[in-house]
Amino acid sequence: MPENAARIAPVIPAREWLQPLPPAARFILHAEAEARALAARVWQVPLSEKPLRAHVQGTRASLWLGPDEYLLLASSPADASPDAAIALADALEAAIGAVPHALVDVSHRQVAIDIRGPHAEAILNGACPLDLDIAEFPIGMCTRTVFAKADIILWRTAAQNFHVEFWRSYADYVTGLLGVIARDY
Amino acid sequence: MSAFRTPAGGRVDRSRPVSFSFDGRIYSGFAGDTLAAALLAEGVHLVGRSFKYHRPRGILAAGAEEPNGLVTVRRDAARVTPNLRITQVELYDGLVASSQNRWPSLTQDFGRINDLLSRFFPAGFYYKTFMWPRRAWKALYEPVIRRAAGLGEAPTEPDPDRYAQRYAHCDVLVVGAGPAGLAAALAAAQAGARVILCDEQSEFGGSLLSDPAAVIDGVGAAQWTADAVAALAQNPRVISLPRTTAFGYFPHNFVGLNERLTDHLARPDDDAARERLWQVRARTVVLATGALERPLVFPGNDRPGILLAGAAQTYLNRYGVKVGSVAVLVTATDAAYGAALDLHAAGVTIAAIADLRPNPKGLLPERARAAGIEIISAASVLGTQGDLRVASIDLATQAAGADLKFVKRVACDVVLMSGGYNPSVHLFSQSRGKLTWSEAHLAFIPGTSAERELSAGAARGIYGLAAALEDGHAAGAAAAAPAAPAAIDRAAGAQPSRRFAVNVAPVACEAYLGALPTAAAPAKDKAFVDWQHDVTTRDLALATREGFRSIEHVKRYTTTGMATDQGKTSNLNALAIVAKTLGVPIPQVGLTSFRMPYTPTSFGSFAGASRGDLFDPLRKTPIHSWAETQGAVFEPVALWTRARYFPRAGESMHAAVARECLAVRERCGIFDASTLGKIEIVGGGAAEFLNRLYINSWTYLGVGKSRYGILLRDDGFVYDDGVVARLAPDRFHVTTTTGGAPRVLAMMEDYRQTEWSDLEVWLTSTTEQWAVIAVQGPEARHVLETLVEGLDISAAAFPHMSVAHGRICGVPMLLFRVSFSGELGYEVNVPADYGRAVWEAIYAAGQAFGITAYGTETMHVLRAEKGYIIVGQDTDGTMTPDDAGLSWAIGKTKADFVGKRSLQRASMNAPTRKQLVGLRTRDPKIVLEEGAQITASPGQQPPMQLLGHVTSSYYSAALKSSIALGVVAGGRARLGQTLYVPMPRGDIAVEVTSPVFYDPTGARINA
Repeated sequence: MPENAARIAPVIPAREWLQPLPPAARFILHAEAEARALAARVWQVPLSEKPLRAHVQGTRASLWLGPDEYLLLASSPADASPDAAIALADALEAAIGAVPHALVDVSHRQVAIDIRGPHAEAILNGACPLDLDIAEFPIGMCTRTVFAKADIILWRTAAQNFHVEFWRSYADYVTGLLGVIARDY
Repeated sequence: MSAFRTPAGGRVDRSRPVSFSFDGRIYSGFAGDTLAAALLAEGVHLVGRSFKYHRPRGILAAGAEEPNGLVTVRRDAARVTPNLRITQVELYDGLVASSQNRWPSLTQDFGRINDLLSRFFPAGFYYKTFMWPRRAWKALYEPVIRRAAGLGEAPTEPDPDRYAQRYAHCDVLVVGAGPAGLAAALAAAQAGARVILCDEQSEFGGSLLSDPAAVIDGVGAAQWTADAVAALAQNPRVISLPRTTAFGYFPHNFVGLNERLTDHLARPDDDAARERLWQVRARTVVLATGALERPLVFPGNDRPGILLAGAAQTYLNRYGVKVGSVAVLVTATDAAYGAALDLHAAGVTIAAIADLRPNPKGLLPERARAAGIEIISAASVLGTQGDLRVASIDLATQAAGADLKFVKRVACDVVLMSGGYNPSVHLFSQSRGKLTWSEAHLAFIPGTSAERELSAGAARGIYGLAAALEDGHAAGAAAAAPAAPAAIDRAAGAQPSRRFAVNVAPVACEAYLGALPTAAAPAKDKAFVDWQHDVTTRDLALATREGFRSIEHVKRYTTTGMATDQGKTSNLNALAIVAKTLGVPIPQVGLTSFRMPYTPTSFGSFAGASRGDLFDPLRKTPIHSWAETQGAVFEPVALWTRARYFPRAGESMHAAVARECLAVRERCGIFDASTLGKIEIVGGGAAEFLNRLYINSWTYLGVGKSRYGILLRDDGFVYDDGVVARLAPDRFHVTTTTGGAPRVLAMMEDYRQTEWSDLEVWLTSTTEQWAVIAVQGPEARHVLETLVEGLDISAAAFPHMSVAHGRICGVPMLLFRVSFSGELGYEVNVPADYGRAVWEAIYAAGQAFGITAYGTETMHVLRAEKGYIIVGQDTDGTMTPDDAGLSWAIGKTKADFVGKRSLQRASMNAPTRKQLVGLRTRDPKIVLEEGAQITASPGQQPPMQLLGHVTSSYYSAALKSSIALGVVAGGRARLGQTLYVPMPRGDIAVEVTSPVFYDPTGARINA
């Protein structure tokens, strides 16, 4: 029996204003209210009924992406393996049962970084057209948006912290562009 | 001290002398000078040659409207910037600038012959002269005209500088930081608004910088400005941007600002961005863009030394520069008297004031008279003299009802002129605001706003310091309020939000439009309307004589207002001249639109970081790094970079591909298919969703099975294809083409959300969740058997088109038995982070079976040998499933699918449609050109009768022959026929065959 394959995530160097986030279990859950309530019980995090809002509880989070679409995150190291993701999915499926929904594992589809520090807003606004003023984009707000030509998910986790997710093949592009923009800050 | 520098005064830093060169000569100036100011201090007016006639030209203005002084500034070979306005180039030590459009030099310019021959170059002469012979246009006329047009040269080396970009939002964007703009920003900031204030100049203050004697609320203009700037700087909710031009006003209050960061520095930091593009979304925009002084149109009005009166005042008061020794003022307004009086006080002789009005009176004319300055009323100008600088001016007067009468020739070295002011409505017009003709201003002023926008101060014709401050303050306060747009319309004469006490009385700002009255005998010299494009009164008269009525047509025929200055100084005079010639009121002639950018904006600013590797995302698969270590040659496929082939040392592409192809046919190949689009379709309605979408039938596809699916657009033409697998009764895994993935998902979402909301089904892209490793070839099973866990992949247990979950190398796996090569094949899907390790494990295990890595080129050859199409290569958006030989895939019993009705049209079933066929050249060594046309008979002359074209063509190592796919009219009925591919070296005979060249029974795929 061959030994277990090594896990190699896209390489993202840390910077003062950028912290690459470790692998996590990720799911896209499409669900109406009834299924959402069932899922939230297992996930132990409410699924926001308010648009563009995330909830977080320990290492678990849920991000509103659309009227029936959520990103579920489990960032504990124990949840990061593919087998853990399968177990998490099984638990969610068991809880939601026959209530219509769609749960898809996207743990490896995207990667995440934390953009942090006093210039976090300005750096992101180098290629993201949204108003990131804390009054307009408060802590807990999340959305799908663009960073130049890449689609990203943007979630403000603290006054000076933004959790940014993007598809893995865009890592060089997004972090390369961030690096150029950050030279001014 | 330079000859024309005043002993004191101005805002330049006299403790910091600066040395610079212009056309190779070294001059000196002071920090704070513009290039124009420093040259004028040295007595230099001649700075350019005109565009068409190469007439000597001097500095006309002091700001962005400068039409004559276009210079090239060179830092090094790669940093050469042409067409900079000399009035906006800030001086730094070591600045190297040169004039343009002259040879060999400014003083002795060969092109001046154009001026003498000018009667051969009337307006529209391009259109009249260069019509024929037609072929001379490309070879002769265009190159010569382009060279003659000579507005500087673009640098030939790549731009080494960095350009930053930033999006920003604010409650109030204030454009222009003169008195109105500063008051607006202060009022808005005081109300707690988020404010961005920008101004194109190096420092805030606008007209206050040229008016040091003004006192506002008991504080001198300089101090008041400094206090305002400091107050704004201390407010964290205000962004102040000097050297920042608002160049474009886009819909919904989206305004483009270009900030110049380093062009004014002698030694910019290597890492510093040169410019920054701000893309600002503002709740309300306050346009405090001021007004531009209007020149006067009279014969010889373009001689160096003739400039705008306000510009002369700015050079004196802001830069401490006298523009000459003996001046004549030609004016239509009281306001310009201020310039003459200031120059007089500084020791410049005012030889005469020629006032166009019959009876100039008022505060300033009286002061001029008191100073002993001669005023000629009801004046006009008959001409000027002087070679490279004005030397004298011929003044005339006109009693009521009488002819123009020559008064005298006045010697001078500068002429100041003022025809009043044009409110700077460029951005207002760009915002689609409706301009109104104001008879009082003889100008267009902002009328109805289209956006949530307020013009303030001189930009809307409100002149005078106190009035501008109050108007700006009111605009800023209104803009900061969260009121609805209608509510922030300020009624005329409304109570100001704040009073400002100033020490200067309001001055009448009268205006004059069009050409000055001329003598009965036409003047010999030209009277210029558009300095930068060399358009004269005669050109405009000619255009109207030749039948042009609309100003839009006159503009294009004469090119007036079409230069880089966009007619900032010329448009209204041109309009008035055309209106007068046609005998209609000005508003009836119309107004040409103001276009962005307000001033030329560098490409670098628009490009920002989008250059080189960051121009587009360069998507790479998890296995990319392995391919790099193997020396793969890559090719772009959509945004992906894919391994094309893996050459061994010294191997050509042809040899490498032949080796890779044979390896797959004889042993085993490994291929990175991770870029394939993948969509997971989940829900109770998933099968029905696919039934409605794809031409195939999915109801009876069993769990653990897959099928080749074809997707049409509603017009019935093939849009995409791929394998669809059923993972569970309510869960499908759909693959798409690499390039088609985003548009297929978008189309599916469109139908799901708008047409079939009755279905419980959802879509999730999983393209990047999985790394996909294709293992293809007779030995593929042997290779994988050693690695796959928990799954029987024998031919009996796991036949062609099977799909199952399993494990490989300790990782969960989704395994497909599919083949795009025609051989026994598998596609191993593993979570992407494990792609490279699993690939390497398979590659290592495959060594015993001769495994060979292959790229997209080999993949293309293998599939062509099998007659498998590539959507977008063998189809072109006009092929039905039947055209592509795929009608077998249509679910015959299905009630409907996307495109079904279109397929029922008679023309979609015509036997003469182009159909996919195979093509074999008679000479097997000849590989056809993809895209080559196909004819029925050899030796045809144009127009040929074309039957179709070659879509795919390769050399097949397995068949030891070239093969090609093509589309041919009625192709399937032509099997066995000989057709011809006409090429430059003769026709190539081809035989029409089945598109399946290799293993037509499919025995190998089912092995």
